Amino acid sequence: QAEVEETLKRIQTHKGVIGTIVVNAEGIPIRTTLDNSTTVQYAGLLHQLTMKARSTVRDIDPQNDLTFLRIRSKKHEIMVAPDKEYMLIVIQNPSE
Amino acid sequence: MSTKRAKTTASVGSKGKDPKESESSAGSVAVHGHPDDICPLTLTSATQELFGCRYDGDVTRDNPYKILRKEDILQDLRNRAAVSDFSPVKQLVLAYPEDELLLVYDRDFIYGSSFYLVLTVEGKDRHLMPIVAEVGEEALEREPSDVFAAQKTPEPRPWISLGSEQEIEEESVTDSRPRVKTPKCYEISRVRRAFGAPVFFSDRNAAETKDGFIECTPYQDKIFSLKQMERHCGVQAIPNCNSSSTQTPWTYPKNMCTQYEPREFSKEEKENCLQSEELKHFISLAVSRLEVAIQQNEIADVFFDDWKALSEDDGGYAGKADSHLKEYQSFTDLHFSQEKTISNISWHPTISGVIAVAMTERLSFEDRINASTKLLLNPSLILFWSFSDPINPQLLLECPDDVFSFEFCPSDPNIIVGSCMNGQVVLWDISAHVERLQGTRSSDTRDNETSVVRYCAVSSIEHGHKAPVTDIQWLPETFEVSRMGVPMENKSGMCVQIVTCAPDCCLMFWDIRAPRVAFQNMADQRKQKVEEKPLENPDGVPNTFKHLNLTWKPLFRVCPRLVNIPAIHSPNWGLNGSQTPNLFSDNLFFLPQDGELVYTDWKLEKDDSGRLFSVKPSHRFTIHDGLVNTVRRSPFFKDIVLTVGGWTFAIWKEGVMNGPIIHSSCSQRKCTVGYWSQSRPAVFYIGKEDGNLEVWDLLEKTHEPSQTQNITTAPITCIKPWIISSKQHLLAVSDHLGTLHILEIPWTLRSPCSNEKLSVNKYFEKEVDRLVYFDKRREMRTKEKKNMDAEELRKKMVRQRSQISKWILIIICLVGTYSVVKYIPGKLYFFLTYLD
Repeated sequence: QAEVEETLKRIQTHKGVIGTIVVNAEGIPIRTTLDNSTTVQYAGLLHQLTMKARSTVRDIDPQNDLTFLRIRSKKHEIMVAPDKEYMLIVIQNPSE
Repeated sequence: MSTKRAKTTASVGSKGKDPKESESSAGSVAVHGHPDDICPLTLTSATQELFGCRYDGDVTRDNPYKILRKEDILQDLRNRAAVSDFSPVKQLVLAYPEDELLLVYDRDFIYGSSFYLVLTVEGKDRHLMPIVAEVGEEALEREPSDVFAAQKTPEPRPWISLGSEQEIEEESVTDSRPRVKTPKCYEISRVRRAFGAPVFFSDRNAAETKDGFIECTPYQDKIFSLKQMERHCGVQAIPNCNSSSTQTPWTYPKNMCTQYEPREFSKEEKENCLQSEELKHFISLAVSRLEVAIQQNEIADVFFDDWKALSEDDGGYAGKADSHLKEYQSFTDLHFSQEKTISNISWHPTISGVIAVAMTERLSFEDRINASTKLLLNPSLILFWSFSDPINPQLLLECPDDVFSFEFCPSDPNIIVGSCMNGQVVLWDISAHVERLQGTRSSDTRDNETSVVRYCAVSSIEHGHKAPVTDIQWLPETFEVSRMGVPMENKSGMCVQIVTCAPDCCLMFWDIRAPRVAFQNMADQRKQKVEEKPLENPDGVPNTFKHLNLTWKPLFRVCPRLVNIPAIHSPNWGLNGSQTPNLFSDNLFFLPQDGELVYTDWKLEKDDSGRLFSVKPSHRFTIHDGLVNTVRRSPFFKDIVLTVGGWTFAIWKEGVMNGPIIHSSCSQRKCTVGYWSQSRPAVFYIGKEDGNLEVWDLLEKTHEPSQTQNITTAPITCIKPWIISSKQHLLAVSDHLGTLHILEIPWTLRSPCSNEKLSVNKYFEKEVDRLVYFDKRREMRTKEKKNMDAEELRKKMVRQRSQISKWILIIICLVGTYSVVKYIPGKLYFFLTYLD
């Protein structure tokens, strides 16, 4: 589990990264670098959005699946890497 | 059915009367005297018994029909052969198509016999049918009247039998004979003569004659012991019906709310998850994708609009010609600004396009004293100008003496406070004239002459300043100062306190609220109540500050302890107005004096005897070589202060006590006033003695102004910028001759470049670093110098010592040579020790 820690730390130290959240399949955050209320909010909302995105992709083509989700907003970019059991969320500010 | 039969008998009777009618329809009268299809028969009583058609028993006049089965007839024929009554009709019976034959009891012997057998099916039908036909005819007779009455009723049609009524007739239980009605009537008749005749009864033996009696012997009737093994019953199939019911309880509507909180894992669960293999696997997979994405973002922001960003910088170059300050409007009043100068300008905070100027006399102190009587007749004024009317001022405020500085109250723009030359503080309330200023007055020219508003309160002369009050400022609305000088939070949200300063080394805090009467005894309170009767209101002055008039005392005063007591001439000072009153701990400000800048804390402290006193100023700087006339904080940086005085200006940063971070070179002319730009962090304006306005842009050049423009010929007395809208920024410049110029700031000077604040901040930091470096170097140098000097001294000392020792040696030698004979070892010893 040291590798996990090390990998997550490596992501966090990239330029412009604001926060990293690891979420389980039900949307419950497991590990985060942000404060609790923000984490819970991000986890809940992004979990629903990822489910919706995945179902959209699979509706169009049942043999396809969602691999990555990037949401670009005015202030930052939210990147979601979904999986069967877990989900990794990274928030980055690209214009720094 | 019996009624039907009654009808049929009637019909039969009628038919009997008119046999020819019916029979003509049936067929021609045969030779025999009867129709073909019937055959008269004579049935013996035995036959009658056998078939159940005895006279007046089974078959009567009412009921002449009897259905006989063909098999029975055939059976009978077989049984009794020639003896059978049916033998003449044997062939006909055999030829009969159906199973049942109709035997009609012919009571009236119409066809010659007591019975006749109907031999054809049509005959049978005909016999049975007339019943229906009669019924139908009678029904038809009845109907027509009904039809004419209600034409909607459908016409009845004769019922067509399809054989279904047979089952019903079979199953239905009908009387085979009319019921015996009680009382039963038997008619017994006898001849009239026989009544009353004597009767002779005799006995007779029953056994004597045959048939004298009829014996009814009991016999077991098999009918009653018969068990019904089969019974017809009707069955009908219907769809499955289910009836059920529910009852919903009706409740009254009531409020309900849910509260939820997100699910979270406990620490152990999180640890478990983190250590699971799947997570490791997932992370290793996901991270590769993520790193690609993150790196993309790091390299370049793909959504950054380069085209748009380019345009901002380009505008600066293209519009270079446009960086001139254009004259927008200029205000001079011929009546009131003769021989006067403007000492202060203030824009109206809420009404756009309204600006107020304070006019003061352009005289030196000596001239003032000489002309004091004349001055008393000309009252000093504050004029209100509006852009809509450049000739006539909108409003005039009357002051007791020349006003050096005045301010609008930030929370209530109708209250204006001004500071006068005689040390008084004046309050005006212009709420009655606000519509006039807004330009919404009625079009009739009643208000042609400008109205004059008198001041509604002045401070008391004994308690106020002893010197002309040079500057006055409102405290921000979030905090106030208590009587003891402790800053507190102001809960009313309105500006209530004012700070003034004057060259009498005093800083005074004033409160515009009515003083609290907590500590007065009853007598005073009563007295006050009596005095509070509504007084007459001369000159139409509003009563807003009546409580302060002529009795206004400062809340407390701060006199910073200074070694010498020079005049405090501070036209402005910056208060550390923090918005959150909890944060301010020590309020430091600059107090400029004659060429000297003082930095001190105005909080009062208690000394040993319990009296409050002000602390010594922490820093004093002598930078400017003339009177410091401006101290201004930058609107963008809370700790950057601009000071203007003499021939130079300087920019200071609070906290850096070594010196100004930027100090300009001496200019040709004296600098009279300075002000920061309100929209660009790097720009500020300096007004000069010759009427020039210098625009300094720190990002462009720092050794000279980026642009100079001549506004008037007289020295500039005040500069105040103002933002009307995002497209229009105006600069109000007043000069010594009493004219107010309004200039429009061009686009280059009002719109900041990208990251201007950041760049300026970096520049200031650089300057601070430079200062620090210089100081360090200076220290180093002084140390070095000291070291060098010490070295020099030591060397000199050594040289001197060596010289002295040389001389002493010579003396000793000389002494020694002369006193070698005189043996004075002690003295020699003494001299030798002296050398050491």
